[in-house]
This record gives sequence, structure tokens and C-alpha cells, in this order.
Amino acid sequence: MAALLFAIGLAGALTRRNAILVLIGIELMLNAANLNLIAFWRYMPHPEALTGMMFAIFSIAVAAAEAAVGLGLVISIHRHAKTADLDEMNRMKG
Amino acid sequence: MSFVFWFLAAIAVAGALAAVLLKNLVHCALALTVVFTGLALLFLQLDAQFAGFAQILVYVGAVAILVVFAILLTRSSETPKDGGVFSRTWMAGLVIAAAVFAVLGWAVLQSEAGLPHETAVPNVTVQQIGNALMGRYVLPLEIVALLLTAAMVGAVIVAMHEMGDAK
Repeated sequence: MAALLFAIGLAGALTRRNAILVLIGIELMLNAANLNLIAFWRYMPHPEALTGMMFAIFSIAVAAAEAAVGLGLVISIHRHAKTADLDEMNRMKG
Repeated sequence: MSFVFWFLAAIAVAGALAAVLLKNLVHCALALTVVFTGLALLFLQLDAQFAGFAQILVYVGAVAILVVFAILLTRSSETPKDGGVFSRTWMAGLVIAAAVFAVLGWAVLQSEAGLPHETAVPNVTVQQIGNALMGRYVLPLEIVALLLTAAMVGAVIVAMHEMGDAK
């Protein structure tokens, strides 16, 4: 299940043209990883150690920061280059 | 595995497929919200209450709104002129994703032994989580706080720089 979600996210990240959809794919992959963390935390011998849960919570926080920065960058690039199409963004010089 | 698990898993996977495959970006964002909600419910079903509610607050509440904002702000260039919504290298991307999925599935099937290790329901209260955060995990907590601050400042600076250029 998590592997399928990760694969869908990866496919989304690699195949879409729009930059925002690539970010959505990355979010899906992060969520798949979180699901794995929680599931292993639940079914491993010592769930009261809280390790997996903590890891998942920190991962959620980091993913939120990543999403904010990523979308800010997309908006900035869009303002600059007037497109969100990744195939068109082939220059690094403004 | 219970019926509830398969139901939620089906919802999440269908939402993920829709989020990746739909043409309209706003529909993609809605499907993404469905995926996040389904995952939050899965966390709740796995007795991780705090993570489930954090997932709802952070993802359904914040990230989905951010995605919708970004989509609406970059709307003018939404419709591609030629060749659909997929990039030119979509075939390579699909092959890579399928390969990764095959490897992951193979690994999961190989390591079947000993996994559903049915333990007693862990009764994790928010108080325990708070104690752990302030005790054993205080350094990661501080690092996350620093990271969030840096990310916020960075996002604002990235957005403001272009505005200064325009004036």
C-alpha cells in the first residue's frame, strides 16, 4: 500500500509538466514514508518507545516547511518566467 | 487486516491516482486533500491519534490551502498549448516509477516473516508525547523550530525579491 502510494507519487513527480504537480508528487511520497513509519511503529515490539511516531511527527513538520518553500519558489519562478511548465524552464539565466 | 484498512487504503490510492492523472489542477488539489484525509484516518486506525490529528491540521489544513493558492496564483499559464499535461520525458518517468514499485513490492513480499506482530493497543497519551518531546527529543524539536523559521523567512524573501524587481 505504501509502496504503491510512493510509486504513484514518484510517477507524478517524474511525468507531469506542471511544477505544482511535481510538488504534489513529492508530498505523496513523503506521506507514503510517514505511513510506513506509523505502521512499523504500531506493529513492532515496543510501541511505547514512541520512536516511529516521533519520527513521523518531525517528518510532517519538515514536509510542511518543504511545501511552503517549494510553492514559494514556484510562485516566484512563475512571476519571473511567466510559466509553470517545466519543459519551458530550460534556462538558469534570468 | 480489517475491512476498514482496505477501505481507507482504496480511498487513498484512488485519490493519489486522481491527483496525479487528472487534467484540471484544482481537481488535483482536491484529490490530494482526499489522500491526506485518508492517510490521517489510517493513522487513527493504527492508534496514532496525535499523528493523525497533526496530519489533518498540517496537511488538510495548511498544505492543501497552500497548493490551492499556488495553483490559483499561477493560473494564467495553466493550460498547456501542446501535447497534454505530461512532460516530454513521461515515458522514462513511468518506467522508473514502475521499476521502483517492482523493487519495493519484491522486497515487501520477500520480508513477509514476522511482520504483523500483533501487540496490545499502545495507549499513547498526548502527555506522553509532550514529555518525550521535551525530554528525549528536545534537540530535534529545536532543530525543527529553527528549520521552520528559516523556511518561513526564506519563502518571504524569495517572494519579496521579485516584487522589488517589479517596482
